[in-house]
Amino acid sequence: MQETHASQVRPPFYRDERVLGIFSQFLVVFVVVGLGLFFYSNMITGLREKHSVAISFSFLGQAAGFDIGESLIEYSRERTYLRAFVVGLLNTFQVAFLGIIFATALGIVIGVMRLSTNFLVSRIAAIYIDIFRNIPLLVLLIFWAQAVFLKMPRVAEAIVLPGPIFLSNRGIAIPWGIPTESWGTFLIVLGAGVVLGAAVAWFLREQGKRTGRMPLITLWFLVTVAAVGLVGWIVLPQPMTLDQPFLEGFNTQGGKVLSQQFMALLSGLIIYTAAFIAEVVRAGIQSVSKGQREAATSLGLNPAQTLRLIIFPQALRVIIPPLTSQYLNLTKNSSLAIAIGYPDLFAVAGNTILNQTGREIEMFTMIMGTYLSLSLLTSLLMNIYNRRIRLVER
Amino acid sequence: MTTVAGTPSDRSVLPITERYTVLGWVRRNLFSDLFNSLLTLVALAFIVFIARLLLRWAFFTAEWGVIPANFNLIMRGQYPATEAWRLWLVIHLLGGVVGITWRLISGQFSGAARILIAIPFVLMLIPFFSMGTRLNLLIAAAAAGAGFYIAGHMPIQRRGRAAAYLLLAYLVVMLILLRGIGAEEGPMPPVQPILWGGLLLSLLLAFFGITLSFPLGVLLALGRQSKLPAIRVISVIYIEFIRGVPLISLLFMGQVMLQLFLPDGFPLVDRVLRALVAITLFSAAYTAENVRGGLQSISRGQYEAAQALGLSTYQSTMHIILPQALRAVIPVLVGQFISLFKDTTLVALVGIFDLLGIARTILANPDWLGTQQEVYAIIAVLFWIFSYSMSYASRRIEQRLGVGER
Repeated sequence: MQETHASQVRPPFYRDERVLGIFSQFLVVFVVVGLGLFFYSNMITGLREKHSVAISFSFLGQAAGFDIGESLIEYSRERTYLRAFVVGLLNTFQVAFLGIIFATALGIVIGVMRLSTNFLVSRIAAIYIDIFRNIPLLVLLIFWAQAVFLKMPRVAEAIVLPGPIFLSNRGIAIPWGIPTESWGTFLIVLGAGVVLGAAVAWFLREQGKRTGRMPLITLWFLVTVAAVGLVGWIVLPQPMTLDQPFLEGFNTQGGKVLSQQFMALLSGLIIYTAAFIAEVVRAGIQSVSKGQREAATSLGLNPAQTLRLIIFPQALRVIIPPLTSQYLNLTKNSSLAIAIGYPDLFAVAGNTILNQTGREIEMFTMIMGTYLSLSLLTSLLMNIYNRRIRLVER
Repeated sequence: MTTVAGTPSDRSVLPITERYTVLGWVRRNLFSDLFNSLLTLVALAFIVFIARLLLRWAFFTAEWGVIPANFNLIMRGQYPATEAWRLWLVIHLLGGVVGITWRLISGQFSGAARILIAIPFVLMLIPFFSMGTRLNLLIAAAAAGAGFYIAGHMPIQRRGRAAAYLLLAYLVVMLILLRGIGAEEGPMPPVQPILWGGLLLSLLLAFFGITLSFPLGVLLALGRQSKLPAIRVISVIYIEFIRGVPLISLLFMGQVMLQLFLPDGFPLVDRVLRALVAITLFSAAYTAENVRGGLQSISRGQYEAAQALGLSTYQSTMHIILPQALRAVIPVLVGQFISLFKDTTLVALVGIFDLLGIARTILANPDWLGTQQEVYAIIAVLFWIFSYSMSYASRRIEQRLGVGER
């Protein structure tokens, strides 16, 4: 009797966890696959009967036949749908890239302001964060496009800021450099500067290891690159000329014109995301315990050194993961461009191309595939970076 | 003598007391050194600049006439005016339900309750409201008071459960009232969801989006943590796929492609419902990730203890693991709900007239050309009020539960 231990009695199969586990997995897989097949077969028959088309991507080679407001690469309506898709993709990249840079800068400033001991400064940051975190991005974007940029004066009466920068309801005209023939040579010189800078940084690091006093490696690296660049700029015959915008008739000429839609999208994304990044930065800095700061001070580090060598490296570990998801959000949020007429990936592919060709399946596959790979790529890169700066436990 | 300050033992015991005078406070916080003083001056200049800009705009430039003229549109969209009494009834009932639930759950007339009951009275002060509107608000406030009083005098045993049943019943009644029932000529003719609009629709989308996506998200989170490989893989694929694409692509897919997936002859699914499905599926993936964070914070000991007590997987999940896991992630979940509420604005891009969609139709009206600043400002303020109250409430709950305090 005593040998029959409780665990040796097999429960009936309907209460056996292993049997139940296998059974429930089969059930779930069956339901999911079944639903998938059901939808798929509906789609295929629907496509064949209603539209008499089969899924194919060959239409991408046909002429697009529509214009796109702005493009980073050469594009005209005779070019293919695929080319139009790439134009949209590059526009998304452009706005996401610039948005991430500026939102990070603004977010760090506001996050640090939030922690300021100055009451007013900290209040201003808190109000900024509370306002923009609680307004839908889409409302902000449309407000920015329709109530700010559209209400700017006409070009003829444009607001002129020093630069000159022309603010008008067509967008913003800024001075822009035009590369001359020697631009290529200048880039080579600059490359050489980077190599030299890296050598200097390596030398300084070795020296720092020997003496135990780490010099400001990044600063010296930048100084070296800048010095070489400056020499190159002076020696070479004008690698770049400055093209300044000026008013001519009803439009501005020259310079670079950032369209009203682009500016509205970019500024909306920056202002919105910066509020979230500020919170991430604040939480990161606050996560470093007070003892660390006190210990650093008692070791004789000055406040700037404490921030650079003690607080910041530790805060970064807390900051990176949520910052990554903010970057991903910004990239995905740039798809709201469709609301204000900026031709990003989704506006071009999900709206214009889709309406012209009626190829829903193909276009949505391409759009979602693109966003998905963008997201996975970003998180991959950030994970690698995160692993490098992670706390190495004993 | 203990009054002799100066002995080392006394100094170590007595805390440093700081006396604050107004000037002292200003000195310490604003003008402690040269840099701080400069910062204060710059900040002051900035505040004055912004405040002047805003006030001048609000009181001199802006033409607020567009708001009272379109107030009904902003609130309820195309919902027929003859049926507006149903919406008021929903609000009156809401007042009653809030009163009863408050008594059942909190039990007392505390600070937050005062704020809640003040809302209708504050709204009554809005200058352009008609007498009827004010009366209706008064009824809602009275219903809340009555509910609070009555619930206090009822012998209810299981208060939490009673409140849950009441909310469920309210939900059903609300839907019937909104949607209508019976014939076209009856007392409550049906109103198609596509006619619902404005703030009403935004709130409904958010409410149903939250209530539907939450259980789905919890299931997905459990699925992702499950020991069963097939369930885990399916959950991971779903979550990562949804989180990798923008909501707008799902909404467009819902509008353009949903009908393709359904069999021939399947009735056309309502546009609003399609949008709600897209929002729910989208939000569930994010909720799942948040809940997973909570699940991961539960120590192994809890699982093992539950098992040792002989609880089944279902029992331990429902009674031991989930309550702790969800409590740990309340702030994150509320943040997710707020972003869902804000994301409902995206339905305006697929031709549904939520608050933002209605704003666009108002601006398309030639009578109100050029009032973008006023209309969008009001829309933004409305959204802000609701999201900010949610985040404020979550902070209060957090404090009460002591989450995040170590």
